[in-house]
Amino acid sequence: MNSRSAALRTCFGLLRSSSGALFAAVLAVFSATAQSAGTSVPAGRHSGYDSMSRQTRAMQDDDAANPGMLWVLDGEALWNRKTGSAGRSCSDCHGDARASMKGVAARYPAFNATRARPVNLEQRINLCRTDQQKAPPLAFESRELLALTAYVGRQSRGLPVEITVDARTQPFFEAGREAFNRRQGQLNLSCVQCHDDNEGKRLAGNLIPQAHPNGYPLYRLEWQGVGSLQRRLRNCLTGIRAQTPVFGADELVDLELFLMWRARGMSIETPAVRP
Amino acid sequence: MARALITIPASARRGEIIEIKALVAHEMETGFRRTQYGVVIPRNIITQFVCTYNGVEIFSADFHPAISANPYVAFSTIATESGTIACSWAGDNGYSHTESVAISVG
Amino acid sequence: MKPDGTKQTTRREFLLAAGGIVAGIAIEPAMAATPIGASRTIAGVAATLQAIRKVVGEAPVNKGKVTLDLPELVDNGNAVPLTVRVDSPMTPADYVKAIHVFTQKNPLPDVATFRLGARAGRAVVATRMRLADTQTVIAICELSDGTFWSGTADVVVTLAACLEEL
Repeated sequence: MNSRSAALRTCFGLLRSSSGALFAAVLAVFSATAQSAGTSVPAGRHSGYDSMSRQTRAMQDDDAANPGMLWVLDGEALWNRKTGSAGRSCSDCHGDARASMKGVAARYPAFNATRARPVNLEQRINLCRTDQQKAPPLAFESRELLALTAYVGRQSRGLPVEITVDARTQPFFEAGREAFNRRQGQLNLSCVQCHDDNEGKRLAGNLIPQAHPNGYPLYRLEWQGVGSLQRRLRNCLTGIRAQTPVFGADELVDLELFLMWRARGMSIETPAVRP
Repeated sequence: MARALITIPASARRGEIIEIKALVAHEMETGFRRTQYGVVIPRNIITQFVCTYNGVEIFSADFHPAISANPYVAFSTIATESGTIACSWAGDNGYSHTESVAISVG
Repeated sequence: MKPDGTKQTTRREFLLAAGGIVAGIAIEPAMAATPIGASRTIAGVAATLQAIRKVVGEAPVNKGKVTLDLPELVDNGNAVPLTVRVDSPMTPADYVKAIHVFTQKNPLPDVATFRLGARAGRAVVATRMRLADTQTVIAICELSDGTFWSGTADVVVTLAACLEEL
């Protein structure tokens, strides 16, 4: 809606001008907060689900009404479709996803031996496509990749996030944690300052969540469609006027790994609905 | 990928009031949004929804741009007999889609 | 005083001017609450009345029978779940023919029309709608006896806080 983007640009203009009252207020809030270090697991963790209205929660809970299910259905069709020069479908190797993919999304990002680093679920799907199906990788944020990721993610719904940090994943986890704690961008904000220190408070009318990625890919009402965690992260970085890494960049996967670890034990809600 | 989802109870007793939920993938572009260059994005919405029960229309709706993307509508009907519940959507640019589900009434 | 120099219509003045057509429906005059630099289309009072008139004709609209379930503070204006219920026995002799939903501060006043009938069993319809601003949503139902009944709900809409890539 043009009114929305116009208002956003105006809001942003206020933030950028040194005489803007909003900018001063934001600065005051965040300057007063001592920089948090360490584990960044907020006491009393709760999912973004809990902060939504009754009606939006109902939208997520009802598979018949959840718009993310449209992507899950697409994913199911893709799962069964033969593709690539190997002429294989996902089901040819993995059978019924309900069984074979159960718990998988809850463990990602996970270490991949070929890449010698953690990969996220989207990358893992693409590795299967290139290596096993001999098909070109799907573009990040393409409808097909979102659909497959949502379909695989759906099979872990209700299961707890289970991220292990071991000798192999430790350095990447640390990089992700450092990124979460680092002030960056023209607004010089770190993730901690909003999502740990000020969660539950409102930023220009919107509730600041703890930012747990336990529902991705999810249907975001703001996007009017399903998107990945990396899309959300890039938007956050845009919001604080920081440089955005490209989709699939190592920095983003490291941050994903940290965020999923931070959400360990919380239930997967894919496909979630969020404002 | 045209994707729609119609949800009805697995089975129903004759005379029972059942709920029908219909969800369809569509961007419902309002015609009021502009690109970052200020160019209006043309309207592209679903305008009509019709539901039939064994060929008889039981519910219909007119949608305007104020209906959200991936339009959803839930309504009810009295289960009269087994057969087919069919939902059809039609809209701008010749858009048309139909999806059917079987209904079992005992 | 409005920016163009004309006097802002008060709610009371407006309701008197509208006569009995939309008795009981809270239609506020379009407020000049647009953000700086924004140019936003608002349906406005006249267009909303015209849209309602197109549906009800000359018939009066009674207040009652219609309830709207809407969140008081929306999570996001792009998709606001709405359920409209009409108090009706839904028998072949007495049923709801149609439910019409209107807004005043969206660019267009019409939202949707739902056509029911006695076969519906229950006069309950749910959907998801877009709301451009804080406003009142109006639902008007047409009964089988030709009468019109209305209900309203007030909703607060905020805009997303952070700028995103387009």
